[in-house]
Amino acid sequence: MKNENLYNYILGIADNSLILGQRMGELCGHGPSLETDIACTNISLDLFGQVRSYFQYASKIAGDGRTEDDIAMLRKEREYKNVLLAEQPNTDFAYTIGRQFLFDVYHLAFLRELQKSTDLTLSAIANKCIKEVSYHERFSSDWVKRLGDGTEESHQKMQNAIDDLWTYTDELFHQTEADKAMVAEGIGVDVTKLKEAYYKNVSELLEEATLKVPDLKYFQKGGKEGVHTEHMGYLLTDLQYMQRAYPNMEW
Amino acid sequence: MTTTEQNIDTILLSILEKVSDPEIPVLSIMDMGVVRSAVIIDNVVKVEITPTYSGCPAMDVIGDDIKKALKEAGYNAEVDLILHPAWTTDWITPRGRKALENYGIAAPLDAEADKDVLLNGKRIVKCPQCKSTNTKLVSQFGSTACKAQFQCDDCQEPFDYFKCLK
Repeated sequence: MKNENLYNYILGIADNSLILGQRMGELCGHGPSLETDIACTNISLDLFGQVRSYFQYASKIAGDGRTEDDIAMLRKEREYKNVLLAEQPNTDFAYTIGRQFLFDVYHLAFLRELQKSTDLTLSAIANKCIKEVSYHERFSSDWVKRLGDGTEESHQKMQNAIDDLWTYTDELFHQTEADKAMVAEGIGVDVTKLKEAYYKNVSELLEEATLKVPDLKYFQKGGKEGVHTEHMGYLLTDLQYMQRAYPNMEW
Repeated sequence: MTTTEQNIDTILLSILEKVSDPEIPVLSIMDMGVVRSAVIIDNVVKVEITPTYSGCPAMDVIGDDIKKALKEAGYNAEVDLILHPAWTTDWITPRGRKALENYGIAAPLDAEADKDVLLNGKRIVKCPQCKSTNTKLVSQFGSTACKAQFQCDDCQEPFDYFKCLK
C-alpha cells in the first residue's frame, strides 16, 4: 500500500470510536433509566457514524477492494488500534460514564486539532464530528458531577470508576510510528501536546464533582500497538458475530 | 474557503421539494437544508447531500428517495455524500421551522440559548402544543440523534426539541 502510514493513522482514530461505540451500544435496552439508555445508544450511533466516514476513506486509500465493513468486521484482535480505555467494560453505570468522560475530554481536544489537518477529508470529518462530540462531553461531564456530588453511594462508585480507569489515560498521549509520520507531514495531530491541558481540564471537573484526582505513577498501554486487555476478545466476539457466522451476509 | 451557498438547478427544485425526510415526513429535504447542490451534467443529475448527524440512518434512504423522484421525472441521478461544509441547524428554512412546530417538534434555538437550555436548565423552549415556555429538559438525547426530550409543565405533554447544531 502506497499510503500505509495514513491508512494506519486513520484506523487508529476510527477504532477508538468503533470500540467505544460498541461498548455504549451494549447498553441498548439495559441502561439504568429510559433516558440514559437512549442517550448512551445515541452516543453509540454518533460514534458509528463517524467510524463510517473514517473507514470509507481508509477503504479508498487501501484501494484493494476491501470495504468499510471488511475493515470493521474482519480484522483480528491484534489488528485493532484502539486505546485500552475504549474497550473497558460497563462494570456499572459509573464505569460507563467515567470511561466516556475520560475519552470525551480527549476526543474533543483531538478533533479541534484534527480540523487543522492538511488532509482535507480528515479535516472535514473532524469538523463534522466535533459538533456531536461536544454533546457527548456535556452529557458525560454532567453525569460525573451528578454522581460524584450525589449520594454517598454514587460518590463512592464514581470514585472507584475513576480510580480504576485512570491507569488507561496516559496511553491517549502516546505516539505510534504512523502518528509520528503523519505529524511530520502536517496531517496528524501531535497528541503529546494535548496532555497537559487534558489533565488540567479533567482534574478541574473531578474536583467540582467532589472527587479525588488519582495520584498514580504507573500507566497501562498497548492498545495502539494492538496489544489489548482481556476484555477485547469478548467484545470482538459480539461485534463480529454475524460476519463470522454468516460470511459476507448483508443487512 | 467555506461556502454555504446552495447550487440548485431551478428546474430540479420542485422535484426535490417533494422528497421528505423519512424520520420527519412533514419536512422536505430542501427545507432541511441537506441538499447542497443539484446540477444537470450531460443528462445526468449530480446531487450532493450532507448528513445532519454522522450516524443519521436517514441519509441512505434520502439518497434513494432522491434518485427515485428524479427517475420519475425522467432523470438519471448520482447522489454524493459530502461532509464539508458541515450541516448546521441554521440551514433549516423558516418554512421548515414552521413545519417542525406544527408537527410537534420545537425548532432549534440559537447556540447560546441552546446551551442555556441543555446545560443550565433555563425554561425558554416553547411547547409546540400549548406554546408555554414553562418546559423542562428530560434528556439531552431523544428519539433520533438530532433531538432532545422535553416536557411541558403546563399542559404536561412530552415533546421533542430539535437541538441546535452549529
